[in-house]
Amino acid sequence: MTDQVPSTAPPHRSGDQAPLLSLDGVTKRFPGVVANDAVSLDVYPGEVHALLGENGAGKSTLISLLSGMQQPDAGRIRVHGEETPIRSPRHALELGIGTVYQHPTLVPTLTVLENLMLGSPWTRRMDVAATRARFGELCRTLGVDLPGDAVLGTLSLGQQQYVEIIKALWRGERILILDEATSMLTPRGVEDLGRVIARLREAGMAILFITHKLTEAVAFGDRVSVLKLGRKVGAIAPEELRTLDHDAAVERIVDLMFGSRTEADMGRPRHQRDIDVGRHPVVIEVEDLSTHASATETGVSAVTFAVHAGEVFGIAGVDGNGQKQLAEALAGQRPVSGGAIRLEGRAIEWLSVPQRQRAGLRYVTDDRLGEGTVSSFPVSVNLLLKRIGERPFWRRGVIQHREVDAHARRLIERHDVRTPGPQTAVGRLSGGNIQKALLARELDNQPLAVVYNKPTYGLDVNNIQLARRAIRERADQGVATILISTDLDEILSLSDRIGVMLGGRLVGIVENDEQAQRRVGELMIGAREAAA
Amino acid sequence: MAADGGTADGAAPLGRGETPDWLVRTVTALIPVIAALVAGAVVLLLMGRDPIAFYVNVMNRGLFSWLGLQETITRCAPLLLLGASLIVAFRAGLWNLGVDGQFLLAAVIAAALAPVLVTVLPVWATLTATMAVAFAVGAAWSLIPALLKAYHGVNEIVTTLMMSFLGISFANVLIKIPFNDPETTVPQTLTLATDDRLPRLFGTTINLGIVIAVVAILLVHWVMTRTAFGLRLQVVGASPRAAIHAGLSVPRLTLLTFGLSAGLAGLAGAVEILGVWGNVRADWDPAYGLTIIPLVFLARFNGPAVIGFTFFFAILSIGGESASRRADLPNYFILVLVALILIFMALTEWLGHRRAMARKA
Repeated sequence: MTDQVPSTAPPHRSGDQAPLLSLDGVTKRFPGVVANDAVSLDVYPGEVHALLGENGAGKSTLISLLSGMQQPDAGRIRVHGEETPIRSPRHALELGIGTVYQHPTLVPTLTVLENLMLGSPWTRRMDVAATRARFGELCRTLGVDLPGDAVLGTLSLGQQQYVEIIKALWRGERILILDEATSMLTPRGVEDLGRVIARLREAGMAILFITHKLTEAVAFGDRVSVLKLGRKVGAIAPEELRTLDHDAAVERIVDLMFGSRTEADMGRPRHQRDIDVGRHPVVIEVEDLSTHASATETGVSAVTFAVHAGEVFGIAGVDGNGQKQLAEALAGQRPVSGGAIRLEGRAIEWLSVPQRQRAGLRYVTDDRLGEGTVSSFPVSVNLLLKRIGERPFWRRGVIQHREVDAHARRLIERHDVRTPGPQTAVGRLSGGNIQKALLARELDNQPLAVVYNKPTYGLDVNNIQLARRAIRERADQGVATILISTDLDEILSLSDRIGVMLGGRLVGIVENDEQAQRRVGELMIGAREAAA
Repeated sequence: MAADGGTADGAAPLGRGETPDWLVRTVTALIPVIAALVAGAVVLLLMGRDPIAFYVNVMNRGLFSWLGLQETITRCAPLLLLGASLIVAFRAGLWNLGVDGQFLLAAVIAAALAPVLVTVLPVWATLTATMAVAFAVGAAWSLIPALLKAYHGVNEIVTTLMMSFLGISFANVLIKIPFNDPETTVPQTLTLATDDRLPRLFGTTINLGIVIAVVAILLVHWVMTRTAFGLRLQVVGASPRAAIHAGLSVPRLTLLTFGLSAGLAGLAGAVEILGVWGNVRADWDPAYGLTIIPLVFLARFNGPAVIGFTFFFAILSIGGESASRRADLPNYFILVLVALILIFMALTEWLGHRRAMARKA
């Protein structure tokens, strides 16, 4: 993947000025997880600071701190040089911080001008002329031409976003935070946005550009910081960035994100199996598998791989590259548009979800509460959610409470699910225990092959270890394991082989050896296409 | 809404000295009713009527008079069947608001069919066949909204309401033209002779319909809470995504739910005609469905609770007709009370929610 976004870096000026926005050791904790861990960064006027990070890296939390929705547990925030807590979204605006969120916040049925007048005091009559004037002014600053009287919903997504930017800068804000601004845009829209950002920078704005797309970070940013699992793991200063060409910059960032550190730093044991799984029979085989793409979703394209008994096949990739669709296609929740899936030699791509379940193919979903369980139902029922009507839990369609209860107690004990009782609604359990319950359910009743999708997402350290151990133990017992995860550490510590998904394709399969980390990292961001 | 066996939203796990869950739920359900009665009393006072006398009249006529009690129980029959219909739908997460149209259309067809059948079949066969046909008619009338929802995700609130309007109008056309009894001045269907109607119980004026209704609602409750089929419907209602994940066929279950729910509404129509009126007059629309909806919510979709609330409401309806006349008020003053119950119900829910939030913090 070469240059898709033209670089917009102009001569840089920030060295001689103080940062408009400064984070110093900012920390935010939630139960079981540290979302931001002593993050320090500065945003200078006339500079675009690109903040790069995966989902779960802590970006959303950081934004909520900067926009006044939450308060940090530790550290300082300085705005215009003064240390100040940001008490509320309104306060953030007063301090001069404008935020444009990933999802549109304006009203599509009102006109552009009406949207801009929203939020003004309702006791005063709206001054249309003044609004129009200011609108014109900001359009000129951005270098765009927008019809103020057009209904917002009729404009293109790119144009709607300009209106969001204008709204964020309405009161003369000098600090602009753009959260995943390009996620809804076409490539052309991204280019245009780049030009707008360049003009804003020239006008002296301090811009914090948050993204998970590496190429954009490099193209738009004067300064790049990388956020990983709550911590800032590295930064490239403008002086250095200017000297690098696109590919070199990408490689430097890959280094920051994936490479150079040794296992000793990571603190996790390199995965070692003493069985040669290649000798075991193939349990699940995927050949040329494809699913339909749509306007909002990637399609899976011609994915081919095979997993042996007892093997852990990791699937790495940046979130949103077709992993979820692949998982659903394997589980039977998504129709297949081409290709085949074979379980122990038998074609299953036409089987329904319950049929695949019974055949021994299990799916641990990443969406515990939205999809994996019904949160208002008791744990005992959830543990049998995919087996409704089966004997001995139901006899002639009628529920047998004693069996259901006994089954639940067995699983709860075996998997150490902390719950007041089997009748407790599953929604009351902590995330870690809900995950244990999900694992208990899917691994029960002799699975042959299990697909795990982000099994440790959102869990605390303890539960992460427990889940990984459970996965490894099951694999050791002969279960063919497909482990889909955006956590590269997890993939590396558990997998025998690793496939990488990009744009719906499986762009490479590598053995999990010393080179794996780099090679997988490169494949993930498309820096190199490699054969297994 | 929580399935039976799970803790309802807002109820905390039992601690030492804390009130048990069922007590909290009962009190929570009674508070809006009591509050509404108090508010209703205030309204009566403001209108210069004596609230004590009003409520006393309601109770006397609705409950404490033998004649009135029989009427109350008779009135419960269609209400309970409609309650059963809504329990099926609501627990499955489907808002079948078309029950009035399903009810009326099935009632008219039952009214037209029964007098004809009775000339060729014995009474019990006629009654059974007519009720079966009414069930089918109700179910058929929900087919379009059901298909649209199952396969295109079209919001059933809008479609069922629209079909309801259509159904009521169509029913009236049927009464006035093809099914019209030529011998009466007022447009109505042929009248079913009293001997051919649902038999009366033990020498009272209460007909068999109430038995059918109570059995139906208890059966529905049992199916929804104790069977695999009921559980599947509840999964679809609680979380359609989990239903897909669990491998349930959401479209098929949607169609089944509509069929059952609308069928029960149709059955309610038949029972009302075959048990009480014997015919349908043009422009007759008791709108039972509309009044039963809030009661089903108050009862949190629990069958026995619906029986309790319906009985209370029937007392209010029957007693209220007479009490309103005596207080020189229009009959639909009762609806004012129902409206007040709804408002207070919403308030109670909100307060309970806030209490639960505060306890969590």
